[in-house]
Amino acid sequence: MTLDKLLVIAAALFCCGLYTVMTRRNAVAVLMGVELILNATNINFVAFSFFLNRMMGGQIFAVFVIVLAAAEAAVALAIFLRMFSTTGTVEVDAADELKG
Amino acid sequence: MIRYAYIIPLLPLASFFINIAVGKRLPRKGDWLCLATILAGLVMSVGIFLEVFQAYDPNFKYHVVTPWLTVADRFTINVGILVDNLTAVMLLVVTGVSTLVHLFSIGYMHGDPRYSRYFAYLSIFSFSMLGLVLSESFFFIFIFWELVGLSSYLLIGFWFEKKSASDAGKKAFITTHIGDVGFLIGNMIIFVTCGVFGFDEVFQAIGQGKLSGTLLTIAGIGVFCGAIGKSAQFPLHVWLPDAMEGPTPVSALIHAATMVAAGVYLVGRVYPMFTPDAFLFIAYIGFITLFIAATIALTQNDIKKVLAYSTVSQLGYMIMGLGVGGYTAGLAHLATHAAFKACLFLGSGSVIHALHTQDLREMGGLRKKMPITFVTFLIATLAIAGVPGFSGFFSKDMILAAALEFGMRNPAHYVLFFGALFTAGMTAFYMFRLVIMAFLGEPKDHHKFDHAHESPPNMWVPLVVLAIFSFSFWFKSPFVEKGWVQTLITKPATVADVAKAPVATASMEHAAVMAGEATHAATPAEGGGHDAVPAAHGEKAVAPAHAEAGEHDAHLAHMAHSYAMYSSVAVGALGIFLGFVVYFFGWINPARVANSVKPLYNFLLNKWYFDELYDATVINGSIAFSKFLAWFDLHVVDGLVNLAAQLGVFVSFLVGKFDNYVVDGAVNGVASATIGGGSILRRMQTGKLYHYVFVLAGGALVIFLIKAF
Repeated sequence: MTLDKLLVIAAALFCCGLYTVMTRRNAVAVLMGVELILNATNINFVAFSFFLNRMMGGQIFAVFVIVLAAAEAAVALAIFLRMFSTTGTVEVDAADELKG
Repeated sequence: MIRYAYIIPLLPLASFFINIAVGKRLPRKGDWLCLATILAGLVMSVGIFLEVFQAYDPNFKYHVVTPWLTVADRFTINVGILVDNLTAVMLLVVTGVSTLVHLFSIGYMHGDPRYSRYFAYLSIFSFSMLGLVLSESFFFIFIFWELVGLSSYLLIGFWFEKKSASDAGKKAFITTHIGDVGFLIGNMIIFVTCGVFGFDEVFQAIGQGKLSGTLLTIAGIGVFCGAIGKSAQFPLHVWLPDAMEGPTPVSALIHAATMVAAGVYLVGRVYPMFTPDAFLFIAYIGFITLFIAATIALTQNDIKKVLAYSTVSQLGYMIMGLGVGGYTAGLAHLATHAAFKACLFLGSGSVIHALHTQDLREMGGLRKKMPITFVTFLIATLAIAGVPGFSGFFSKDMILAAALEFGMRNPAHYVLFFGALFTAGMTAFYMFRLVIMAFLGEPKDHHKFDHAHESPPNMWVPLVVLAIFSFSFWFKSPFVEKGWVQTLITKPATVADVAKAPVATASMEHAAVMAGEATHAATPAEGGGHDAVPAAHGEKAVAPAHAEAGEHDAHLAHMAHSYAMYSSVAVGALGIFLGFVVYFFGWINPARVANSVKPLYNFLLNKWYFDELYDATVINGSIAFSKFLAWFDLHVVDGLVNLAAQLGVFVSFLVGKFDNYVVDGAVNGVASATIGGGSILRRMQTGKLYHYVFVLAGGALVIFLIKAF
């Protein structure tokens, strides 16, 4: 297990997340993609921390990101509920009232 | 009493304000108030006169001033009063005649719709005239001068519903103001050169040579121009006969006794400032006036017109008297004339009141119906005709003597005496023509005659009083050499005396040595022609010559006086005789005489065509000039204004275009550029989430690639 392999896994995961965000119309799916991206960064944090300076900073930061992701999911899901009650859908394309 | 002299004019002023404001609501419409104030003035004037008379001092003078207007340290104008012998006499004349005219007016103006206003006007006149008499400076005499002009205008046009009356008022006001312009110019010259206004200060400054030579002559003639206008002298005499359109008591007060005499008073007041040239000018103006006016009076048929022209003629006598050096004579004639001419005018007012006509040809025989009016009128006529024992004889004789003396000294000017003497005959003739046509003979209009009646007492009492004052013993007792008038009103030293002295000595025939001495002694005085040399110096220089010449002078004056007296009595008697021959006995038919010299008669009847001449020249001239100015205004001035306006419009048009296209274009351009930019950029905001993410990822990739390579 080397740093390179971990970074490749994290990059692949990031790309999966990005692809999900860019292609899925369902807001919940987009949120899932965002979670993938956050987890890809978490892998990077832990990997760099483990292989480069051996301090626990990276791991602690990852915990913060997880907590933040949970909070984010809670807020985002609440927004989706309000969105559904006003527009009757959770398709992200439908929320385009502010477009130019 | 003399300390309170300033109250005399203030009383009528107060009565004017009260009467003009609430006169209609006062009992009897306020006539008693005006009468009371002027009567109080008369009482005070009598007191002042008695005080002056008791002093019996030719140099008596009461003079108080207080600063009125101080302009920084440049100059001060004083207000004050000056009471000397002349003022005291004038106060008595003005308040006396004014009181009697007030009394007469109560009867004459009875029932007039503007009764209280009439009395208010009389009061403002009394105020201004008394103020004029008491003035001690050129400044204040000019103010009061204008005020009497104003009150004269108001009273001439008192019956302004009559067009002739309102026209006469305007004519009087405008004509006298032509003279006043001269007065103003004279005042300005005096002030600019001397820097003071008070009479005494000005004469002192002239004595110091601050104002001299031609400029002094011009200043003197300028001041005299005021007198030409106000005293109706040729060529501005045309207003006075027309002024008879006013109520008859007003004619008596203003246009016979007092205001028209103000010019004479002015000349007497500023006597020391006249140069010999100015005196000559004054004498000839007076001479021309007295002659022209008397010839016109011969032919007039309106009783008031005859009296008006006789007034003009008598004023001419006064002015000529002053001009030839007869200071006492001119001013004495002013006082005597005030009494008898006021009597004549009030008498004519009484006749008009009874007959309701002014035409002499409709009168006649009034002697029986109006005995008091007749007797008083006759006394006044005898006075003006110069019959010995009456006041007119005393003063006119002095004027003629002065003219003769002047002629003896300057033989070139004998015409003044002979013309005036001839006119004295004419005066007697036309006055008796008036008396005979009005009072003697048979009534010509029986209808009017039957309704005639003697006037009420408040109208005939003034007549009687004035007639009493037409006797000469009031002015000079027959038993003394010199009356009080001659003693008290003495000629002041004038600028002319200095220059005249050598002329007087030169006229002596058998005194060549003396003449030489005089010329030698007077050389400094003669230095620059008529240049005024300080009077004191001049007199000192001439004194030695004068001491010896004095006796000769007295002899000359005495001779002139007796010649003048005999000839004037003879000429007056001849005039009266001719009057009776023509109009009473009918030995000569006036109509036939008139027919035989028709052009001359018409010339006189039409008053020498002065009105027509002025119409043709002055009035048409000013109308033509006004028309030219109107044309100039319409075409040139308006053209310039319109051109400027059009230029303005054109410039505004350009500015408007610039504003519309350049400024607005810039503003609109910014706006439309913003709109254009916005419409392009808005396309980026699609609202599709994956677009934003794509751009975000793409941007990150680009940054990554840039960093990588």
